[in-house]
Amino acid sequence: MIKFTDVTKDYPKTGAALQNVSFHVKKGAFAFLTGHSGAGKSTALKLTYLADRPSSGEVRVSGFSTSRVTGREVPLLRRRLGIVFQDFRLLEDRTAEENVAFALEVTGARRSAIGPRVMRVLTQVGLASKANQYPRELSGGEQQRVAIARALVNDPVVLLADEPTGNLDERATRGIVQLLRDINASGTAVLMATHDLDIVKAMPEAHLVELQHGRVVYDSEEDAGPEAVA
Amino acid sequence: MSLVLRETFLAFRRAPLLSALSVTTIAFSLFVFGLFGLVALNIRLTIGDVAERVEVVAYVKRGTPVEVVTVAAADIQAFPEVEAVAHVSETEALARARRDLREFQDIFQDLEANPLPASIEVQLKPPFRNATTAAEVAHRLQAFTFVDDVRYGRDWVENLDRLRNVAAAVGLVVGAAFALVAIIIIGTTIRMAVLQRAGEIAIMRLVGATDGFVRAPFLLEGLAKGVLGGLAALGLSYGAWALIDSYLIRAAFFTPGQAALGMAAGGVLGLLGSAVSVGRHLRNV
Repeated sequence: MIKFTDVTKDYPKTGAALQNVSFHVKKGAFAFLTGHSGAGKSTALKLTYLADRPSSGEVRVSGFSTSRVTGREVPLLRRRLGIVFQDFRLLEDRTAEENVAFALEVTGARRSAIGPRVMRVLTQVGLASKANQYPRELSGGEQQRVAIARALVNDPVVLLADEPTGNLDERATRGIVQLLRDINASGTAVLMATHDLDIVKAMPEAHLVELQHGRVVYDSEEDAGPEAVA
Repeated sequence: MSLVLRETFLAFRRAPLLSALSVTTIAFSLFVFGLFGLVALNIRLTIGDVAERVEVVAYVKRGTPVEVVTVAAADIQAFPEVEAVAHVSETEALARARRDLREFQDIFQDLEANPLPASIEVQLKPPFRNATTAAEVAHRLQAFTFVDDVRYGRDWVENLDRLRNVAAAVGLVVGAAFALVAIIIIGTTIRMAVLQRAGEIAIMRLVGATDGFVRAPFLLEGLAKGVLGGLAALGLSYGAWALIDSYLIRAAFFTPGQAALGMAAGGVLGLLGSAVSVGRHLRNV
């Protein structure tokens, strides 16, 4: 599903963000990517949705490989992924429904198919009643639910979440995590970057990869040694 | 396609101020260019009017039979540079002198014999109304045995040539400078529109929009703004021309073809400006 093989990523100005990183998130898994800020979590996610290419090594995502994929194929990969961010990244001048529909429209989906699919995912995230509200009229947790609905509407094989609860209070955080678990239970793999260890501890069965200074220091699915997460 | 149209329309509706600002900026930079175009156009027309008077006159020796002159005139008419040939007889020359030179009327009235020679007046085709061709044709006319003398106002024609060269050079340089300024201003305006929507572009790409899909509404928007700006510039130019024409000097306005060309240029500028701005943006993010 997602496979990092000996991945190094150097940035010209800031130096190495990832060094010899290898891990494998299996189909349908729920995986955490943890570590302090600056540990390389976001860089790893960026390589996963091909916003960037590794300096060396290979990232494989759902049949696409960074060593072979062309610029033209990147949008095709993105349509198989759902991506969620800490800052939601919704279009402020469109309603919740329009924000979700947007993700289908850009893929050239038939208009008649868009409406029902949008309502289905909005219902799934519990926001069917707020479909016509604008992001500024929604709470942080609700905005993140819209973002998740948008990520789900293309039926992704994996949902990537970069600190999805970073801007949310505890109650909203619990709601979002539960939603991600439900999504995972219905078959979609989830790869979530977070530095919130409470979330991680609450899901001991999840796959856990911990990064420190750009290196993998713990991987619950490898015999990675004693440097386990605190 | 309908989605592209909708997104383009939305872009105008969501940022009416910025859109109006872009159209206005484009309109004014094209207006300045249009004013310059009007000046250049009128200078060219005026020089053309003056050049119409470029004429080579061959004076015919006294006593030459009319038939000889007529045959020669037909030959001269066949020169590739020649537009028209007129044969002015001695009598016609005198009549013309009496009519045109009223202050010498008395002298012409009291004449016993006509002192004026017959002549062949040769008009050149527009592209040949210059000193080199006039001299060339004069030289050829001189070769006819019945021709006494050939005149074409050498100094005057040479001055006209010089004026034409200066006008063309200034027009080219100033026109290119104005066009460049217009392109830069329009490019910057469109870049602002692209940057204003950088977040939207980033989101479009995240959810799997192809570059072509991201680009299309911007290109259409640029085209629309360019054409609207061109239309406004045409209106402004027309207003300026109408004022000048009625209060200052008689002037010519663009032909419909030239006006359409100007609007098309506005559209192309908008389209290219957008293509460059969006292309650069897409490469950098």
